[in-house]
This record gives sequence, C-alpha cells and structure tokens, in this order.
Amino acid sequence: MSKQYEFKAPVLPYLLVLPQMAIVFVFFFWPAAQAVLQSFYLQDPFGGRMIFVGFQNYSKLLVDPDYWQSFTVSTVFALCITISAMAISLFLAIQANKKIRFSAFYKTMLVWPYAVSTLVAGVIWLFMFNPNVGVIAYVLKHTFHVNWQYLLNFNQAFLLLTMAASWKQLAYNFVFFLAGLQSVPATLIEAAEIDGAGAGTRFWKIIFPMLSPTTFYLLVMNLVYGFFETFPIVHAITQGAPGKSTGILVYKVWRDGVINLDLGSSAAQSVILMLMVILLTVFQFRFIERRVTY
Amino acid sequence: MKRVILLMAVLLVAVGAYAQTTVEFWHAMTGHNGDMVNTICDQFNASQKDYKIVPVYKGSYSDTMNAGIAAFRAGQPPAIIQVYEVGTATMMAAKNAIKPVYQLMSENNMKWDPSIYIPTIKSYYSTSDGRMLSMPFNSSTAVMYYNKDAFRKAGLDPEKPPVTWPEFFEVAKKLKASGMEGGFTTNWISWIQLENFSAWHNLPFGTRSNGFDGLDTQLVFNNPITVRHFQNIYDLSKTGVFIYGGRENKANPLFTSGRVGMHFESIGGYGNMKANCKFDFGVARLPYYSDVPGAPQNSIIGGASLWVFNGKSKPEYKAVAEFFNFISQPEIQALWHKETGYLPITQAAYELTKSQGYYEKNPGLEVAIKQLLNKAPTANSMGIRFGNFNIIREIEDQTWEDILAGKISVKDGLDKMVREGNKTLREFEKLYK
Repeated sequence: MSKQYEFKAPVLPYLLVLPQMAIVFVFFFWPAAQAVLQSFYLQDPFGGRMIFVGFQNYSKLLVDPDYWQSFTVSTVFALCITISAMAISLFLAIQANKKIRFSAFYKTMLVWPYAVSTLVAGVIWLFMFNPNVGVIAYVLKHTFHVNWQYLLNFNQAFLLLTMAASWKQLAYNFVFFLAGLQSVPATLIEAAEIDGAGAGTRFWKIIFPMLSPTTFYLLVMNLVYGFFETFPIVHAITQGAPGKSTGILVYKVWRDGVINLDLGSSAAQSVILMLMVILLTVFQFRFIERRVTY
Repeated sequence: MKRVILLMAVLLVAVGAYAQTTVEFWHAMTGHNGDMVNTICDQFNASQKDYKIVPVYKGSYSDTMNAGIAAFRAGQPPAIIQVYEVGTATMMAAKNAIKPVYQLMSENNMKWDPSIYIPTIKSYYSTSDGRMLSMPFNSSTAVMYYNKDAFRKAGLDPEKPPVTWPEFFEVAKKLKASGMEGGFTTNWISWIQLENFSAWHNLPFGTRSNGFDGLDTQLVFNNPITVRHFQNIYDLSKTGVFIYGGRENKANPLFTSGRVGMHFESIGGYGNMKANCKFDFGVARLPYYSDVPGAPQNSIIGGASLWVFNGKSKPEYKAVAEFFNFISQPEIQALWHKETGYLPITQAAYELTKSQGYYEKNPGLEVAIKQLLNKAPTANSMGIRFGNFNIIREIEDQTWEDILAGKISVKDGLDKMVREGNKTLREFEKLYK
C-alpha cells in the first residue's frame, strides 16, 4: 500500500484511463448487465414479447437434474484436465530443465502447441479419433480390436475430450513451470545434495515447495481453462453427445441461447457462470497474494 | 465554388442511388450453392434496372437466423432472410417482425398464382388455410442411397433396391454377411426416421395437423408402428448390421467410404455423394411397412425458405416481390434444381427439367420429386410445424443415443422424447399466448 504513487493532477489520470474504462464498460459491464436483466424474463427471440418471470429461470435450472449433471461433468472435467495437464507438464519441464543435448530444441517443440487455437486442437483430435473417419480410431478398431465408438460411449468420449483439452494446455503450463524451475536457486539444491539428499527428497523438500506460487497460479488458470475455455473442444468433438452427457456448462449456455433461442435460461446460466468466475478470481487474489509467498 | 461542386456531386450520386432500390438478401449457402445464389441474383439484377438484390452470406443457418434477429432488434434488418425449416414456427409466431409473402404479393399487385408451387412444398410454409407466409427456396426430402457395387458383390440385383422395411433389413444383413463392416446407417434420425417416417406412413407426428392448426399441439409419435421400427433398428445395432454414425449428416463417411451398403440422407446431399462415392450408387424411395394402411403416402421437405422482414419501404417491398416472382420462373428453378440438387419448387420447373431429358442421366433426383408428389398431402404429411423445434430434435437425438447405448428401452425412449418434447411445446405456447 505504501508504494502507491499519488497523482497530483486532478484530470489527466482520469483521461488516461478513460479509453480503457470505456472499453470495459461497453464490452463487459453493459453486456453483463443485459444478461442479468434478461435472466428475469421469458422472451421471444425478436423481442416482441417480454414476460417478467422473476427468478423462475434460475429456479428451473436449480431443480433440473440435467443442469446438475452438466455441473458435475464440468467440475470433473476441469479437475481431470487440471491434474493431468499440470502433472505431465511439470514432468516435461523437469526433464527439459536438465542439462541435456538439444534441450533448446525440446523446449521449443514443447511450447509449440500453444500456438494452436483451441478449436483447431479439437478438430485435430477429432480427425484422429472420430469412429467414421479417424486414423487412430481405425487402428484401434482393426489392429487392437477395441470397440471404439465414443459417439455412444460416455467414458470414451470423456477420455478423448480430456486428452485433447489437456494437450492444448500443456504448453502453457510448461512455460511457467520451466521458468519456475529456473528460478529455484542452484545453491539450495547443491547444499541439499552435499547434505546427502537424494533426487526424490530434493524434489519434494526443496523444488516443489519453491515452485508453489507457480503451481498455485497454474492451478487457478487450469481450472478456469477447464471450466470456461474448453467450449471449442466440446463443440468440435462431441457436441455434448452421447446423449447430453458431455454437455458442459459453457456449451449448454451457447446451445440454449444461440441454437435453441431460449434467451432467458441462457442468460440465467451465464449469470451463474459469471458468479463462479468472480468467486475463482477472489479466491486466486486472496491466496496468491497472502499465503503462497516466501 | 469547389465545395458547391462537391456537394452537387454528392447529391447526384445520392439521387442516382435512390433511383435504383437496393435490398439485402441474407443467406447461409456455401460452396457451389452459394455461387448459385449469386448467379441467380446477378441474373435478376441484369434483367431490369429498378432494383438490385445484394446477396450476403451470413454463416450457418443458425448464424444467419441469429444475425437476422440481432439486426431486427437493432432496427436494421435485411429485407430478405433465409431461415431453415426448424425456424419456421419461430418466424411465423413473430408477427411483429415479418411480412407474410401472400400479403407482400397482393400489396404490390403482382400477378402471382400460389398454385404453381408443388403442394407439399407450399403447404410447409403456409397457414392451415393456405396463405403462404414465406417463399420456398431450397427444399429437399429424405431418400435412400445404396451402393450398387456392394449389391452385386452380395449377389443382389442392383436395379431392385428393397421396397419395404422387412426387405430392407434382410438386404442389410446380406450386405454385412458379404463382408461389409455393416449393412446400413442413417443421417438425421429426427427428420428422416421420425418426421418423414410418420408422413410416409400417414401417421400423425403431432396433434392439430402436426402443429399447423395451433400452438396447443402435442407430440404423438410414440405409436406401436414407430416403436416397432426403432426396435428393429436397435436390434440390428446389436449385431452390427446398423452402425450409428452421429447426428445431423455426420454418418455420410460410413457410406461414402464403402463401410455400409445403404444410407438415408437428404436429396440435397446428392452432389456430395456424386463427388465422394468411388462406386456406383443408386437412389431409391424410403422403404415402408406394407401392413400400415395408406403407406406409402408422401414424404415431407426440409431445407429453408425466404422470409421478408417488416418495416421496410414500399420500393423495397416492390423489389422483393419482383425478385420472388423472378425466382419462381421455370427456367430459374430448373437451373437451381440441376445445379444444386435441391428440388424444383414449381410443377412447371419439374416438367421443364424432364423435357430437357435431365432425369435420364440423373434418375436419382426424380425419385425424390416423385416421392414428394406420391399422393396429395394429408394432415399428417403436409409438413411439421412446432415451436422450439430445434430443442425437440435435440431431445430426439439425445434419447436415440441413450437407446443405442442401452440406457433406456426403445418404448421408454420414445415415450420420453414425446414427454420432454411436449414440455418444450408448452413453453413455446406460453410465450405466444
């Protein structure tokens, strides 16, 4: 707090932040307010009829088992992505951080997937695993005799989505973990080595705790990614199928609003999502700023 | 002085633009079909000097409809918008937003005879008392495609595709036994195996003439015949004779790659089949159950129609009316039909295409028209009109997947589709009462 600098000029600073505030207002606050407003109405798409229904759009969601199913799947999905993407990228970062030949090459290659857009990532995995056209699906079926049909098998569909979404997130995590590992002082590790600590002990007692701010930051980012940014992957690969088992919350918002034109319910769902993002953000600021520091 | 000249130039340009009325036409046609939309608009623009139609591609069907809705709400709608069949009831119910085509035509004193349109196509976009609300544009219907080479290999006559469902299932088993991965698959489970299936067997899909007579309609397709049909397909899925290929038109690769021998798809997909099948294929009518009285009746259409937005100026409406008359001409329709595979919307265009000898080389396209014209449409076969239709189809797709995955029985599944579908119909009714 004490580091804050106070501007003496009364107008200039406000003028300087005005463009940014205008953008935030027009593209964030105003639509968000619209969503809150619409969530209290039942309306026809053309805006001809607006019937005020109070909290009915919300209460309908809360008693709808399909909504809770979607909530559960989204949560499990986000957790699975977070765990697998973080564990694998930490492992890769540790390997790439060793003094090995071609390490610069490995690092570059491991960062590359970050340049792929999420939708394209989904399409790549679709082309590999689609039971009708996929190359790997063909090998699975004809060489390994796996009954690969994720269009009807939830477990297969969920596994495929998790793999695709985690793969996309690996590069991001990798960069942060690598940077984190490089900032662990070599002297600490050497001292531990001299004291007779093995590789496992060095990792769990020194490196991992030293990495914890990075890990915590990534945990929040990965959860947010798993919850809110995996829409293109679901859209490309399963479209919520089989049945509606992989229809995660963000996918459902889009489907109900844009395709099915149920604007009231879609608005209510997006307000609920907005509250979730706010909670996650508050959580992140509280803990990152206070707990996980040295 | 310079300024005055400039001002006058601007005014002149403005007057020039005023003399020619320009209207926008938002559509969702891509690839070759999109080129054909442009061609037809160009021909119209070249045919006279007063009006100019500007076609604008707006993305998928749902993107286009959403763009239209957003534009209307912002007070800047295009004059013409292409809306897919599932959006029909939503457009009809939005009385403040649309101008019915019959009204547009009479207000502009057009010489316009609605009886030139093919009955099943006209009825789909008309009120139950026969007033046309939107202009038919790209209409298709569901047909059966079969692999003639595979038929030969299995010792079947490629010129005799199965006519009834029991025959069809026997053929499918033989195709699998001949070494194919499966016997058959299908696209659009809702549109083909429920909506068209009901019409083809003259069974009600919903009450109140499938929704034509009022919003208080109820789904009733969980009848014993449909249950039997779905049970048959389900049973064959257990032995791998039926292979599920996904929603909408996602099952196509199973057929085009030669893994199954028979397939159900829109006639609008004819061009795609021609481009992708490396084997000799045929088009046949939809099979039927011969013990159902009245079957086969006639199939129903899918595709999209052109809607006119409310609140436009008189010259703009005149332009739209002239354009609609223009595209209804037999020559234009025949061109559209031959180039895209969509059905001709008038009887005259069909006759013209026939007289040109086109069907001798492309018999598949005529199969579709004949199937549509098979009998005069009944209350069960003039079309389907439901609010929240997209949600109903989604429920059907989802539940069909649950049936195939063994999570719910066929009978319970169809009951569930009807029950959940009726819930969403009531929501729609509540909104527009």
